[in-house]
Amino acid sequence: MTRAVSFWSSTVGKKIVMAVSGLIMVGFVILHMVGNLQIFEGSAKLNSYSAFLHGPANEVLWIVRVVLLLALVAHVVSAYQLTVLDRAARPVPYAKRDLQAATIGSRTMRIGGIILALFIVLHILHFTTLTLQPAALTEGDVYANGIASFQLGWVTAIYVVAMIFLGLHLYHGAWSSVRTLGFERGRLDPFKRPVAIVLALVVWAGFTLVPVAVYFHLVP
Amino acid sequence: MNLTLRVWRQAGPKAPGKMVEYKATEISPEASFLEMMDVVNDELTLKGEEPIAFDHDCREGICGSCSMMIDGHAHGPNQGTATCQLHMRSFEDGATIFVEPWRVRAFPVVKDLCVDRSAFDRIIAAGGFITAATGGAQDANNVLVPKVASDLAMDSAACIGCGACAAACPNGSASLFTAAKITHLAQLPQGQPERYRRVVEMVAQHDAEGFGGCTLHGECQLACPKEISIDTISRMNRDYMVAAAMSQEEKVGGGTG
Ligand code: FES
Repeated sequence: MTRAVSFWSSTVGKKIVMAVSGLIMVGFVILHMVGNLQIFEGSAKLNSYSAFLHGPANEVLWIVRVVLLLALVAHVVSAYQLTVLDRAARPVPYAKRDLQAATIGSRTMRIGGIILALFIVLHILHFTTLTLQPAALTEGDVYANGIASFQLGWVTAIYVVAMIFLGLHLYHGAWSSVRTLGFERGRLDPFKRPVAIVLALVVWAGFTLVPVAVYFHLVP
Repeated sequence: MNLTLRVWRQAGPKAPGKMVEYKATEISPEASFLEMMDVVNDELTLKGEEPIAFDHDCREGICGSCSMMIDGHAHGPNQGTATCQLHMRSFEDGATIFVEPWRVRAFPVVKDLCVDRSAFDRIIAAGGFITAATGGAQDANNVLVPKVASDLAMDSAACIGCGACAAACPNGSASLFTAAKITHLAQLPQGQPERYRRVVEMVAQHDAEGFGGCTLHGECQLACPKEISIDTISRMNRDYMVAAAMSQEEKVGGGTG
């Protein structure tokens, strides 16, 4: 127990918790994106995938949900605690400071993280629990729910903006998490991070495609 | 060259400070930044004003004393150099230059641009040492060190403990310093007996001093006058994870070599 406590109490331990929980969510986000893209194969395909998840794969779905919830809580709590420590570490700011290495990804981790956390809540209330109904939604008809929601410009806009932050979060997170976990490969050059760049672009594009395509009536 | 300086002045640790403007006139472009400061201080002294206090010693980039945030860059705009190795030709004539002390809670200002970096000494005291055998020195080649390990150890050992990493870090983290000291010893056979205890205790001391955590912005690597890589932080984390998996006896008992 004391080992776990001392691990968690250190900045390195918290950062490792953040990296591991982040990578779990990266894995989920990729699966989620691939699932979404089935909307381009039509209503039957997407709805039968959803029926499969809620039917035969229901236990697996719940295990995944619990793991994701734990990962999210661990990620947010460690991020919050580290932010408090980091802020306290520099009580007097510089009159002039010119950052040279920090990327738009690394600089937007905190604000982007807050936006993504709010987005996750909204998104679950929207498509999972159907609590928020920007348009009339029916349980089980994922295809129709997507079509109805993303025909509204403002709903599409919220999703599009959130996905920009997801892309930026992944660009820094996918690169820095593996380094935090002890893999040394990779350079500071912000363009020489092929895995993180490709991952961020693919996930961003994959998620953005669906609402935008629905909005412009490009979905069968 | 003629320059305008905006310098942080603070009479003592508890005194309030502020940015004060000074003119540096007829400065040779060949002068180092510290020599330029000397010229400004000479004029202040002649005028009967208090000269600007700043740390310096070797003036050749090996002691780690000099420490100034120059125009928003730790040790100035050039890479791989300390403030003492920065020359005025790196600036435009007529430029306005901001000069500030390291801004980290763990480095309290002593006076003007001088900060107290004893926090680093305490991190070293927490584990930056090895147990050495007493008695006559054995032949150096009795202890075999792979070339790659000695290279990596030397890269880390280049750290002069100036504090630029913590000063440049947006999180006020001294991870690069701590990692350099840890990985320097962890690469070598002589560093093995305390290897896993060392990483835990030095990180704990780093945190206790009030430094922030690493988010891999990478600012430290560019600020470091010795160009120490953030790879050292990855290596430190790796040892930290191994140490976390060990029992207390194992840790104290030494590494696996
Ligand atoms: S004065 Fe020694 S490193 Fe600059």
